[in-house]
Amino acid sequence: MNAFAALDFTAPAILFALLALPILWWLLRAVPPAPVRRRFPGIALLLGLRDRDPESQRTPWWLLALRLTALAALIVALAGPVLNPARGLPGQGPLLVVMDASWASARDWPRRIEHLSRALDAAQREGRPVAVVTLTDPPPEGVEFRAADHWQERLGSLTPRPWSPDASLPDWVAGLPATVETLWLSDGLARDGRAALLAALEGRGPVQVFQPTTPVLALAAATFDTDAVTLTARRLGAGEQALTLVAIGRDPAGAERDLARAPLAFAAGQASAEVAFDLPPELRNRITRFQIDGARGAGAVSLTDDSLRRRKVALLNVRDNTEALALLSPLHYLREALDRNADVIESASLDDLLLAGPDVIVLADQPGLTEGETAALTEWMQAGGLLLRFAGPRLAGAGVGAASGAPAITDDPLLPVRLRAGGRTVGGAMSWGDPRSLAPFAADSPFAGLSVPGDVGVRAQVLAQPGPDLAARTIAALADGTPLVTRAARGAGQVVLFHVTANAEWSSLPLSGLFVQMLDRLAVSTRGALPAPGEMAGTQWHPEEMMDGFGLLTRTDDRPAVAGEDLAPILAGTRGPGADLPPGLYAGSAMRVAVNAVTAQTPLIPVEWPRGVAVETGAEVPEEPLAGYLFALAALALMVDSLATLALGGRLLRAASVVLALMLLPGPSAQAQPIDPRILQATEEVALAAVPSGDAQVDEVALAGLRGLSDALFRRSSVEPGAPMAVDPETDELALFPFLYWPVTEASPIPSANAFSRLNRYLRSGGMILFDTRDAEAARLTGSLTPAARRLRRITAGLDIPPLETVPADHVLTRSFYLLGTFPGRYQGGDVWVEAAPADAERAEGMPFRNLNDGVTPVVFGSNDWASAWAVDDSGMPLLPVGRGSTGEQQRELALRFGINLIMYVLSGNYKSDQVHVPALLERLGQ
Amino acid sequence: MIQPAAPLRRRAEALSGALPPLLVAAEHLANSALAGAHGRRRSGPGAEFWQFRAAGPGDSATGIDWRRSARGDDLFVRETEWQAARAVTLWVDPGAAMAFSGAPTQREAKADRARLLALALSLSLLRGGERVGLAGGDGPPRGGRAQANALAFALAEAPQATSEHGTIDLRAAPNGGHVVLFSDFLGDMAAVDAALALAGARAMRGILVQVLDPVEEDFPFDGRTRFESMSGHLTFETLRAADLRDEYRARLAARKDRLALLARDAGWHATTLHTDRPAAEGLLWLYHALGVEGRR
Repeated sequence: MNAFAALDFTAPAILFALLALPILWWLLRAVPPAPVRRRFPGIALLLGLRDRDPESQRTPWWLLALRLTALAALIVALAGPVLNPARGLPGQGPLLVVMDASWASARDWPRRIEHLSRALDAAQREGRPVAVVTLTDPPPEGVEFRAADHWQERLGSLTPRPWSPDASLPDWVAGLPATVETLWLSDGLARDGRAALLAALEGRGPVQVFQPTTPVLALAAATFDTDAVTLTARRLGAGEQALTLVAIGRDPAGAERDLARAPLAFAAGQASAEVAFDLPPELRNRITRFQIDGARGAGAVSLTDDSLRRRKVALLNVRDNTEALALLSPLHYLREALDRNADVIESASLDDLLLAGPDVIVLADQPGLTEGETAALTEWMQAGGLLLRFAGPRLAGAGVGAASGAPAITDDPLLPVRLRAGGRTVGGAMSWGDPRSLAPFAADSPFAGLSVPGDVGVRAQVLAQPGPDLAARTIAALADGTPLVTRAARGAGQVVLFHVTANAEWSSLPLSGLFVQMLDRLAVSTRGALPAPGEMAGTQWHPEEMMDGFGLLTRTDDRPAVAGEDLAPILAGTRGPGADLPPGLYAGSAMRVAVNAVTAQTPLIPVEWPRGVAVETGAEVPEEPLAGYLFALAALALMVDSLATLALGGRLLRAASVVLALMLLPGPSAQAQPIDPRILQATEEVALAAVPSGDAQVDEVALAGLRGLSDALFRRSSVEPGAPMAVDPETDELALFPFLYWPVTEASPIPSANAFSRLNRYLRSGGMILFDTRDAEAARLTGSLTPAARRLRRITAGLDIPPLETVPADHVLTRSFYLLGTFPGRYQGGDVWVEAAPADAERAEGMPFRNLNDGVTPVVFGSNDWASAWAVDDSGMPLLPVGRGSTGEQQRELALRFGINLIMYVLSGNYKSDQVHVPALLERLGQ
Repeated sequence: MIQPAAPLRRRAEALSGALPPLLVAAEHLANSALAGAHGRRRSGPGAEFWQFRAAGPGDSATGIDWRRSARGDDLFVRETEWQAARAVTLWVDPGAAMAFSGAPTQREAKADRARLLALALSLSLLRGGERVGLAGGDGPPRGGRAQANALAFALAEAPQATSEHGTIDLRAAPNGGHVVLFSDFLGDMAAVDAALALAGARAMRGILVQVLDPVEEDFPFDGRTRFESMSGHLTFETLRAADLRDEYRARLAARKDRLALLARDAGWHATTLHTDRPAAEGLLWLYHALGVEGRR
């Protein structure tokens, strides 16, 4: 393709502006770049010198080229260049859009819709009426030509259908106007009726076909041979193709997931590929569908039905020590009959069998199950299990040993009828009479319709006790009316008893084909084949799940049932699904069948469009406007130009530094501000902190007090606090301080709402505040609420304070470092309040204190003015007098001890409350 | 505030510490107006005892040291050591032009170099017992360690003039003393001529030290350039600075020749020092020019 043919301009006139470039070139050349400014002391020597060639210094050629490039890019960009401009549909008049919208269209549906949207855009620009018709879902009342935007709004509702268009010429063709131009969005598959429709449309105007070249993939239904599930995928297309086939089903939790994956590889030129899944039965039974990974559309999905399912039959194989021949084993014929169509598990342990969750458990002549086994089996049957029992000498002999002889086997939940002890033998060597033959099956018996071969004879059987319900429970009988097979329901399950042995000892039944058929009818095994068309007649099939054109499944309840006659040809592959019988899962009385969009018989032939029909494959490069790139180029060139100009003028560094400074300017306000050096210090070491009280002198004493306490801690304990600091809850980060001392005066400021939230967060995250109203003396004298206490109440109103109690004698505060009884400060006697212990705290036996292992009180309230007692001056001497003489010094010491206990409590929590320390504490307490 | 004198003093001490104390050559000793405090290791006028000598004819009776003579039969004359000192006056151009450095991150400004040399020289001189002072400073040259401090302060904190070059003020310099002038001598030469003529009339001798930045030597400029003097009074614009390089260099060479000629005519010394060279190199030259050469 010619490169220039693919380039178009929306406003070519602007390109004339390119003629102005030479003028600009001349102008730019004439203007020299800005001078470099230099400080130079030797200027006195320069004065009077003349430039040799005053015009020799010009704009450098590369800067000139840069500027011209920028301008040229700008001009070309404004002219609106478009690469690969879309060629609109030729012609005028009404536009008919025909969409196949079949299962094969789903693979690249968005592309079709996009193409349609572009065609609609073009039609909209030209004001053409448009009609959109899908062949799989033709409009019932003919085509309607509407404005293009009408269809534009309905693009989203156009979906492919999971079937193929009808072969007959649709009715709406007759209603088309005489001249109409057609755009046919084809799925690329040849099918009957396409030629006729094409001819009808071509008779009315040109036809343009849009047919993407993506290969069509078709996945046929899974077939199930002895072990492996085999799937055949076909395709329309050549070349190597490596895909993945996914088996999707429900996991034990019920969620849908990939159960197995297998590579699906098409060799070059090969039209079909086969994949075999060898799956364990548990997994296989759960598969609901197979899907080609990444491929979209109903054609790439293959639903599975009961034909893939197999029942799990458990045989209780009690190893007897008789070295009998295999043919004599009661289980031999069962194995032979079941092995093809069911998964047989055998074990000598009933518990193991139940653990495997079988559908059927077979007990061949196994009386005498323990009570526990009976209960387990009963429970399993109630949940839907089928217990199949066969008689035999042991079952017949069970209970014979009882004194009275009869009735021996009473109501056994594991038997459908009560049996008479003993049983009978007919036609044996020692008896007269021939072996009894079978009576024809009754119409209401599950075996109805099975023909009874004449050579089946029964020589021995166990007999049922006659009873009112015996007839109802008998589903097969001998010619003389004695029951051969009885059945009884047990909850959701049932128990079935063959009154003969499972081997050929008592009868020839296990040797006949009837035996296998009977097992089939009892749903002991299921057939791997679909029901024969004859059997489908008159049956009703309810759609359970429907598949849409994209291969997605939806549950349906509201669709009417379909007749078996209609379903039969689809299952046989003679016709495909359609609008009346969409692909999906149909449930019959006993089994479910899957109708897939594609069967092995669906033809996959590429469509041959006649010459003269323009076919677009969508592989063309899409239209691409280039203006944006050119604008970007111009901007880039101008940017480089400004940098280069600055560099030539020697101002690049200065400009860069200014830009850098501007960039950094918001930095300090955003970043540097929060890093307060005090905060930084607080992160490095434990620091006690005081909240300002609003009284400078009190604050000073508080800080001095914390300093004294810090010194004492440093000397006496392993806590080595840093210098105490004042923190303002309004602004400072509190989380760094384990402990806040908050002296409250009557003028203390009430924190703002913001500060309250910060304080609450602090308290919740493990901080502690010691509130000190410093008025124990006054409170004791007046006996009423002091102004500071009133203020404290207002401050704490906004805080998250737990229920409080005065420090109980066994509180950890009394023993976290020193053993303390009272907590004096500069005053004594004021109550100290802490968070109340939980009401259910109990005193352990022999322990002096309760089990209080959880929680550190977030607040301590008091009025003893501890800071004044702790306060020291710069030289470490006490700042304020406490009490009188040595008594006062003792009080100061106790105050310090309280402070140390408090900080220890803050830092180590309830560690000292741990009962581990009890013996040591007891010893120290002298108890 | 950081005292700028301290680092300057420290660097100057380090620089001058490598040299022995400097004694200015003393040809015109008798012309020195001020009495010295520094022995010349020969007898002469002075306060310090030098030697006893047998009195000979011509010695006045007042010259006889009776206390010494009383111990023997001979008469002794007490001689004092001949004490005299040179006064050296330093001048560092305070003009704005001296604040120039072609590469501020790599080289110090010319003024800084000049001050460093001046102070280092002063320290050497003071250690040698000479008197040193600053032209335009407060008071005549003095000797002693205290003067070193005063000089360091005066040099480090000398205000920068607003004009391009300072004026040479030799009023405080004693007649017959030595003068050392530090400048780039790129300004008006008439002022230098006049100053030297005046100094010659007052029997001063001295050294012209031209301190230049290598940029001023090489003129490594190109392209359209607007040159501005350091004070901003003068501007000069050229479209192609590279074209002027040769002419500039020729003019600079002429200026150096003129300086050399001027110095020779006045019996002075002249040199050009560059800021990209070690300071010790310049100091060594000064040391020789001022001391050793004269004592030859």
